[in-house]
Amino acid sequence: MAFLTLQGISKRYSDFTAIEHVDLSVERGEFLSLLGPSGCGKTTTLQMVAGFVTPTSGRILLDGRDITNERPEKRGIGVVFQSYALFPHMTVAGNVGFGLEMRKVKRREREERIEEALALVRLKGLGHRYPKELSGGQRQRVAIARAIAMQPELLLLDEPMSNLDAKLREEMHIELRAIQKRLGITTILVTHDQVEAMTMSDRIAVMHGGKIAQLSTPYDAYERPATPFASTFLGRTNAFAGEVLQRNPRCAVVNVAGTELHVPHEGRHVDGAVNVYIRPEKVHLANGDARIRGRIATRVFIGNQWLLEVETALGKLRIAQPNHGAPPPQEGDEVGLDWTDDDLRVLTQDGKETLHGHA
Amino acid sequence: MATLDDARPGAAPWLLSGPALLLFTGLLLVPLILTLVLSFRVFSDTAGITSAFTLSNYWEVVSDPYYGTIFLRTAGLATGVTLLSIVLGVPETIILARMKKPWQSLCLLIVLGPLLISVVVRTLGWQILLGNNGVLNNVLQALHITEEPIRLVFTMTGMIIALTHVLVPFMVMSVWANMQKLDPQVEWAGRSLGGSPLKVFRRVVLPQIMPGVLSGSIIVFALSASAFATPALIGGRRLKVVATAAYDEFLGTLNWPLGASIAVLLLIANVAIVMGCSRLAERRFKHIFD
Repeated sequence: MAFLTLQGISKRYSDFTAIEHVDLSVERGEFLSLLGPSGCGKTTTLQMVAGFVTPTSGRILLDGRDITNERPEKRGIGVVFQSYALFPHMTVAGNVGFGLEMRKVKRREREERIEEALALVRLKGLGHRYPKELSGGQRQRVAIARAIAMQPELLLLDEPMSNLDAKLREEMHIELRAIQKRLGITTILVTHDQVEAMTMSDRIAVMHGGKIAQLSTPYDAYERPATPFASTFLGRTNAFAGEVLQRNPRCAVVNVAGTELHVPHEGRHVDGAVNVYIRPEKVHLANGDARIRGRIATRVFIGNQWLLEVETALGKLRIAQPNHGAPPPQEGDEVGLDWTDDDLRVLTQDGKETLHGHA
Repeated sequence: MATLDDARPGAAPWLLSGPALLLFTGLLLVPLILTLVLSFRVFSDTAGITSAFTLSNYWEVVSDPYYGTIFLRTAGLATGVTLLSIVLGVPETIILARMKKPWQSLCLLIVLGPLLISVVVRTLGWQILLGNNGVLNNVLQALHITEEPIRLVFTMTGMIIALTHVLVPFMVMSVWANMQKLDPQVEWAGRSLGGSPLKVFRRVVLPQIMPGVLSGSIIVFALSASAFATPALIGGRRLKVVATAAYDEFLGTLNWPLGASIAVLLLIANVAIVMGCSRLAERRFKHIFD
């Protein structure tokens, strides 16, 4: 039995549905991300697990115990908020010790555990400061220390990095993941940042319109998106509308704007109107034989990569070329493009095959 | 016209703030200075006010226990009104802050209501309500809770009740403004850390609205210490406060210099207490709140 289970959870407000029948299981020690654009219901889901919002229907089980209607203070779940939500009138030590104090931990032990938690987030010696006297990054560490000081079995992170600058955010991703692994604490992260979800998670639940559009490992989520939404939300991709001409044992033959593409269907049923996808980094400039020819419309340099837009018979094709040293052809040049059939993905346009075929 | 990046702003700021400055100088600064000057003049029953300089007016106020009692009474009144405003105003604001939208605005309007009514009408209303033959005493006697009417008019209690009624809105507004700045996630954080709603309120919410309570208290204290109409009508001639005492010197005994010195002393005491409190609050909250 999974450590945390959401069974048919829905949340309806008078005029809209935030969550629609979500089922989700999280294993003990797992790091799971709820990833999606704003308004997809990811924060509402987290708030229902934390107990700040009551589901309209469904059950939430934590370690076999039904916590659906349990009060937040009884759940023993650590939460890190987007705004950090530190207590401004308490010192760092007061903040971190608050949970322990509420649990009536003795002063001596409390002080030890505060020290431990602060050391874990590398804030040793700052216990006497007030939140106002700390930088954004330090405040965030205090929020993490406060949540883990009471040694919760489940940790919820609500967009904890969105107020940090890009560099600090990358450092925190790695650091937070390391802390999570060391403590073995089951963690759910809510984020709209796919890089964040990819770097930290064991599994990613891509959410869209109050439902889970895909639930899989970061690798599968990126390489084998199960829905049109997941394939466009996670990373960049080229999408072409086409029609299935023939279904061979291993691949489907799809007609896209007069060009026949051979796309692996991985045993799924594909028929009629479909979308064919290919990631920009999977297309490369061909030296000799090319599958397709086109003209470079735009060329952008972003340091480690060149981004090209090529006009082809399929439509506009985006390509990411690693920066090998020599610049690629100029805008307006004719180029040949090549790819491997295995890198093509196909999904029916109505996107009915949700949660099908993930590993 | 001066533009934004013009280094020399020219006359525009002076022209724009001119009317307010004139008003301030003409109606506040000049009378205050004249009052100050007046307080050093000599007064005699026969010659009236003469232009000689003296400190005897101040000495009279400071040394005469009659005035000492009046100053103490005023301090007691202001303290009582402030405490009662905290006790009533803070919970009131918290309940208001948690109300749903249409009711919230309606109730806020009701709370601010006393400020919309003329002071004389409001005070006479209290007379009708609290008087010996007033509504309250009639009800109490009809219910046989008391046999004799409870004296409320011309008592300290009556003054505190009537003044609190009109000054509570200032406390509510001050705490309200403070509560609007609170992050609701902070409360959730307290709950998720194992605090019951009551504990979270006491340990997390209440300390955060202290600056609002303090600034509200300063306003209420200053206004009740210098209140005139309510103490005059509810307190009457017997229970004088500083403001009514000064009034009586001016219009009763016509000893303007003495009245002026009472007024100046009240101003000094008020400013000292208010400044002292806000200094204290600033030092206390400097490293906590922005």
